[in-house]
Amino acid sequence: MPKMQRYSPQEAHTAEAPEYTPALLRRHRWGRIWLVVFQVSTLVGVAALTALLFNIINSAFGYVAIENKVAPSALAINGIPIEYLHPVDLTYILRENVSAGLFRKLNRDKPFEERSREEIYDLVIRYVVRPRVEKSWPLFPSLFRRQQVFAEAAEKYPEAQIVFRSWLRPKFLVSPQSSKAEFAGVRTAVLGSLWTIAITILFAFPIGVGAAIYLEEYASDTWFNRIIQTNINNLAGVPSIIYGILGLAIFVRALEPLTSGAIFGYVEDATTANGRTLLSAGLTLGLLILPIIIINAQEAIRAVPRSLRQASYGLGATQWQTIWHHVLPGALPGILTGTILAISRAVGETAPLVVVGASTFITFDPDGPFSKFTTLPIQIYQWTSRPQDEFRNIAAAAILVLLALLLSMNAAAVLLRNRYSTKGTR
Amino acid sequence: MEHYAIEARNLRVYYGDFLAVRDVNLKVAQNKITAIIGPSGCGKSTVLRAFNRMNELVPTARTEGEVLYHGKNIYDDDVDPVEVRRRIGMVFQKPNPFPKSIYANVAWGARINGFRGDMDQLVEESLRGAALWDEVKDKLHQSGLSLSGGQQQRLCIARAIAVRPDIILMDEPASALDPIATLKIEELMHRLAENYTIIVVTHNMQQAARVSDYTAFFNLGEGRAGVLEEFGPTERIFTNPEKQSTEDYVTGRFG
Repeated sequence: MPKMQRYSPQEAHTAEAPEYTPALLRRHRWGRIWLVVFQVSTLVGVAALTALLFNIINSAFGYVAIENKVAPSALAINGIPIEYLHPVDLTYILRENVSAGLFRKLNRDKPFEERSREEIYDLVIRYVVRPRVEKSWPLFPSLFRRQQVFAEAAEKYPEAQIVFRSWLRPKFLVSPQSSKAEFAGVRTAVLGSLWTIAITILFAFPIGVGAAIYLEEYASDTWFNRIIQTNINNLAGVPSIIYGILGLAIFVRALEPLTSGAIFGYVEDATTANGRTLLSAGLTLGLLILPIIIINAQEAIRAVPRSLRQASYGLGATQWQTIWHHVLPGALPGILTGTILAISRAVGETAPLVVVGASTFITFDPDGPFSKFTTLPIQIYQWTSRPQDEFRNIAAAAILVLLALLLSMNAAAVLLRNRYSTKGTR
Repeated sequence: MEHYAIEARNLRVYYGDFLAVRDVNLKVAQNKITAIIGPSGCGKSTVLRAFNRMNELVPTARTEGEVLYHGKNIYDDDVDPVEVRRRIGMVFQKPNPFPKSIYANVAWGARINGFRGDMDQLVEESLRGAALWDEVKDKLHQSGLSLSGGQQQRLCIARAIAVRPDIILMDEPASALDPIATLKIEELMHRLAENYTIIVVTHNMQQAARVSDYTAFFNLGEGRAGVLEEFGPTERIFTNPEKQSTEDYVTGRFG
């Protein structure tokens, strides 16, 4: 260690301390090194996210080669193309070109007199023109290697039209599932996801917040309560598929009369009814996020300052009045933020719902908690496992829909938090 | 003989196994200001909180002995601590108004205790009683937190008197305030003593001398437990104390 010098009065006020100077340079250098390390970490994270987003967008847009079974021009009546034909003419085209059985079935589903022009036109396209996507190209080659794309199309698919297709289009959002990628949409899956989340929130939020209030405000520090607390913390880390197995055993099988709707008399055909319903899915996901909600709510309640509680008790308030009027309002921003983030996680869960029994192919909208269901992540998963190229395209489009859903939920969390935290300090 | 508003008999307070305050016997006179002084850590706040059962909010706290409020022990099984705290109010060291409007701050305590009368009138009376009405009458709907420190403390006093207590306990009410705000609080204490009994803990001896009618001097005893060394009229404690330790403390030789 350098010997402590005694400075003369003239030296002292300049505070030259040569033994400290090299250390100062070294300290600043280490600061700069760590700064670079942190910047690199951030860059790696950003690069990973960009790569993910790029990959998805790449698959969701691009040129497609479409071949029509029957050229639309061949269906023109008196020279008028089918886009401008009257519904009666369109119905006539349909009757002339599809099997009698199919025509009767379509009429049974919804009589042609009641259908709009767009609906009949869609049917003509779907069952008469029958377009088929022969090949689709990703976005990057579509934008930057146009000539190659056209050359390949001309060589392999000379009969086909080349069109720029955005797989994420309005029709995609409102169409139900279909076995043909060209006509498939995410409506069933999105509705299934929304229904499931609604049930999850209704189940998990009150129970979770209630448990948190009890653990933080009422429970004393006994060994029993400590065990409960430890278990809740551990349950937050259990893999989600285990919750799926739990949901299968409890909600689908053991509570089948409840989850299938049988005990409410809700079911027409008791032989096909089972517990693989939206209700089971919602409850399973509710169990999944319950520990997270409890832990998060506990943190938020703990963060309310003690001085606020003391002021309340000092005025002669009961414990419940203190909690309801001061603790909960103070903890609300934190509770809401954490809950919305937990729900964002639940929206993306696939494995437990596969176990609980999401349907592999349903085309009707869910009409209540007791209906069969599918959700957006499961739909994406199913589409990616199909061999045809186009299914990968619509899977990418569905992923974009899912990302949009998650982003809006997170934005809602931020907005809610800002709104309630400024209110609190007013 | 003066009527005693509140009386401690053989009061002991434990935090877990630690004895914080030992064998306190103290008679507080009605409608007078009683100051509790003493060095840091001698249990002044603990004794104050024992008077309205606020110690029970600390999980490890245990109280032995009696605190008689108009002759009834407030620690008896048939006494509701919620009612005790309404009648024996408290003002804290750091002002802690609720994050609500000024009006709501004063009205809340009354409302949850079941007040059904004219709330506007009650709020005005309470704010006047706390010498705050003129300053806030035009901004009753602004947040309580938008006031200055001294005003916030007076707001806390206003909400305490809105529930019509008998006794007001003040735990170093002016220690977080500037000298002018402190002076206002001290003037307020004199006015409040006309209707309420005030017990104030303070580490500021000049304040105790200025403000109080009676003074209780606490000191650190054996095992770091607080003991009541001397109690009497303020004038006697400060000019002619009986014990040497009291004289040492009030003349500033320690503490």
